Amino acid sequence: MAKAVQPRDGEVEAPPATPNRERPGEPVRFAATKEQLLEFYRQMVLIRRFEEKAGQLYGLGLIGGFCHLYIGQEAVAVGLQSALEVGKDSVITGYRDHGHMLAYGIDPKIIMAELTGRAAGISKGKGGSMHMFSVEHKFYGGHGIVGAQVSLGAGLGFGHKYKGDGGLCLAYFGDGAANQGQVYEAFNMAELWKLPVIFVIENNQYAMGTSVNRASAEDQLYLRGESFRIPGIQVDGMDVLAVRGAAETAIEWTRSGKGPILLELKTYRYRGHSMSDPAKYRSRDEVQSMRDKSDPIDAVKRELEAIGVTEDELKTIDKDIKMIVANAADFAEQSPEPDLSELHTDVLVETY
Amino acid sequence: MAIELKMPALSPTMEEGTLAKWLVKEGDTVASGDIMAEIETDKATMEFEAVDEGVIAKILVPEGSDGVKVGTVIAIIAEEGEDAATVSASGGTAAPAAGQATPDQSPSVDETPADTGRAPSPETGAPESADSGTHMLVASAEKTKIADPEVPAGTEMVKTTVREALRDAMAEEMRADDRIFVMGEEVAQYQGAYKVTQGLLDEFGDKRVIDTPITEYGFAGVGTGAAMGGLKPIIEFMTFNFAMQAIDHIINSAAKTNYMSGGQMRCPIVFRGPNGAAARVGAQHSQNYAPWYASVPGLIVIAPYSAADAKGLLKAAIRSQDPVVFLENELLYGQSFDVPALDDYVLPIGKARIVREGKDVTIVTYSIGVAVAMDAAAKLAGEGIEAEVIDLRTLRPLDKETVLASLAKTNRIVCVEEGWPTCSISAEIAAIAMEEGFDDLDAPVLRVTNVDVPMPYAANLEKAALLKADDVVTAVKKVCYR
Repeated sequence: MAKAVQPRDGEVEAPPATPNRERPGEPVRFAATKEQLLEFYRQMVLIRRFEEKAGQLYGLGLIGGFCHLYIGQEAVAVGLQSALEVGKDSVITGYRDHGHMLAYGIDPKIIMAELTGRAAGISKGKGGSMHMFSVEHKFYGGHGIVGAQVSLGAGLGFGHKYKGDGGLCLAYFGDGAANQGQVYEAFNMAELWKLPVIFVIENNQYAMGTSVNRASAEDQLYLRGESFRIPGIQVDGMDVLAVRGAAETAIEWTRSGKGPILLELKTYRYRGHSMSDPAKYRSRDEVQSMRDKSDPIDAVKRELEAIGVTEDELKTIDKDIKMIVANAADFAEQSPEPDLSELHTDVLVETY
Repeated sequence: MAIELKMPALSPTMEEGTLAKWLVKEGDTVASGDIMAEIETDKATMEFEAVDEGVIAKILVPEGSDGVKVGTVIAIIAEEGEDAATVSASGGTAAPAAGQATPDQSPSVDETPADTGRAPSPETGAPESADSGTHMLVASAEKTKIADPEVPAGTEMVKTTVREALRDAMAEEMRADDRIFVMGEEVAQYQGAYKVTQGLLDEFGDKRVIDTPITEYGFAGVGTGAAMGGLKPIIEFMTFNFAMQAIDHIINSAAKTNYMSGGQMRCPIVFRGPNGAAARVGAQHSQNYAPWYASVPGLIVIAPYSAADAKGLLKAAIRSQDPVVFLENELLYGQSFDVPALDDYVLPIGKARIVREGKDVTIVTYSIGVAVAMDAAAKLAGEGIEAEVIDLRTLRPLDKETVLASLAKTNRIVCVEEGWPTCSISAEIAAIAMEEGFDDLDAPVLRVTNVDVPMPYAANLEKAALLKADDVVTAVKKVCYR
């Protein structure tokens, strides 16, 4: 199932030049045990069902504002974060953040309750879909300004190095954010100071409605770190094992003190940019074709069946997940809204 | 004709310096571009180059002389064909005070600047730097030396510049807490663009005193991320004008984090640097951002005037669990004030200070406006009007109680602010007086501020644009119906 990323049509790949500096080796597709593969499947299904439910609740008016679903991109968060140590390594991302939180083991109930704006939500209902954090897990958000998380992520990496705690920061951003100026300011400092940061571009091919090649002079985004001597690797983001393999390579590079590394995960979101996006900029056929041919969950399912996992075993997992998500939705619907007194709390930490 | 070499101004605000070293001696021939001397200011050491060719006829100020005023004749050059010996005989006197021989060219902080622009220097054709409006602000500051009234009687006071006080505050806090680090442009090896971080690299090393590339948005984000991850960064902006590139992180990332996370994720960070007008640097380098930041919930905004307040409040800012915007003023960096010699001098955030007590009118101000207000108050006292001057010190949260209590006593408020009038701190004070002190008001609240235009470069226009003590006097008389 591992796929080498092909060059663009009509381009002939130049023979590899002798590198003028050390580069990471080519990632090897992860050889998962049955248990690991089952866990990947479980997490990816959890994310998908959770997001489908969130879409439903949005349609019912229980979730307001912007709601960006992760459906189609599940293999990225699961493949990468399964290689991290929760509570030691930090993770930061943009506003499409539900999947990354679920992949870091954060309780679906308090995530869903945040989406519905309830007191039991992870931010007491004051953050919403785009602004969720779990300092306990070292999950630092959940940021609504495109690209901000890249500089902030470099700062988290700076903190790991300063404290010498052995951790690293995984900083996610999209193909749209990859054109923000501060991304390159952060790249420069991260490499200059050899910060332990894995920069991850989740290239889902559309920055809202603008396709990568309509917005990016260099659309091979894994090359975007080269000017800063940050090595880049392009990864099939629809194959959780390829993603996990790339994570291993990146983590080895970063933990050994060689500084940041850039991963470009080629992925696809099935839904619109947000719930209010009719997605007229691409054809229904394009989406259907991705779903049919490249779905990351179907792929894992086939892997599992190939090693003898039965349909029944998978159905049991599916049923469990369904229950977890249904409970999360019930909790999020039934929890009370924050007390009005919460309006004025948490503006400042101290009293002056 | 012999050429007089004068003590140069190496920065727009330099008034005197140390002639550290002569690299030429009498009788030497110099050509354009030759380095003749090394001159030190409190900010930097600079080389003094020859512009004209000739023979050094006489050195009038010996090396090692401190406090040589800008414009003082320091040497005489004989031009080709002149007899160096003759020239020296007709030269100025040998004391550094010789500069006073040309008093119209040496800026003096004590003189009252004329209202109209002075004629250009006949020699250079350039207007004298004394014409700059910022020199009027500095002159006011020279007169206004505030000591802390709240320290125990008998506490030793040490003359300290604002620059040193800020440095001391950072150094003391860094010694006590190794999570604190300083990051910014030229803060380490260069010792600070304005020498505020002087000596910190030597004491704390390059792990904690970090030079950044010129990349404000990026390093503001790196600092904010580090704060989210549990460190306590001090981010220096070379000036707050450049922080406009970084305001997204200050507001969207730092100020809103605690609220958006329901109190879970904190961002204890200090963004500091000079703010407001500097001398003759034009529109893009002369702006007061206090009202911008003070409008944002989730931020603490501090703008001190004196060295003691700068020290005590910066220490408090560094200790705070909240993000702080700490607005300094370049024109005040070199001003000396009494600072209490206490081991741990920390002041409360959010408390204004009554700098001068009075019964007839309340002047509300902050930062370098304090100097102008005090200057005006002294003039008003001569006319029988006793002004109470309040230094807000912290702009968010604003100490409304002190302002309103003073209003209840004087029944009049004039706001004084080195900044634009529109949507200003002054406007906020006027609104508070209206909403919460209406019954105490015997006259409308007036604002005395800079003129509502981008800061011009030309000396006369700059002077016209900046806050003036005389305008404060006029406004006070108006609200006192005098």
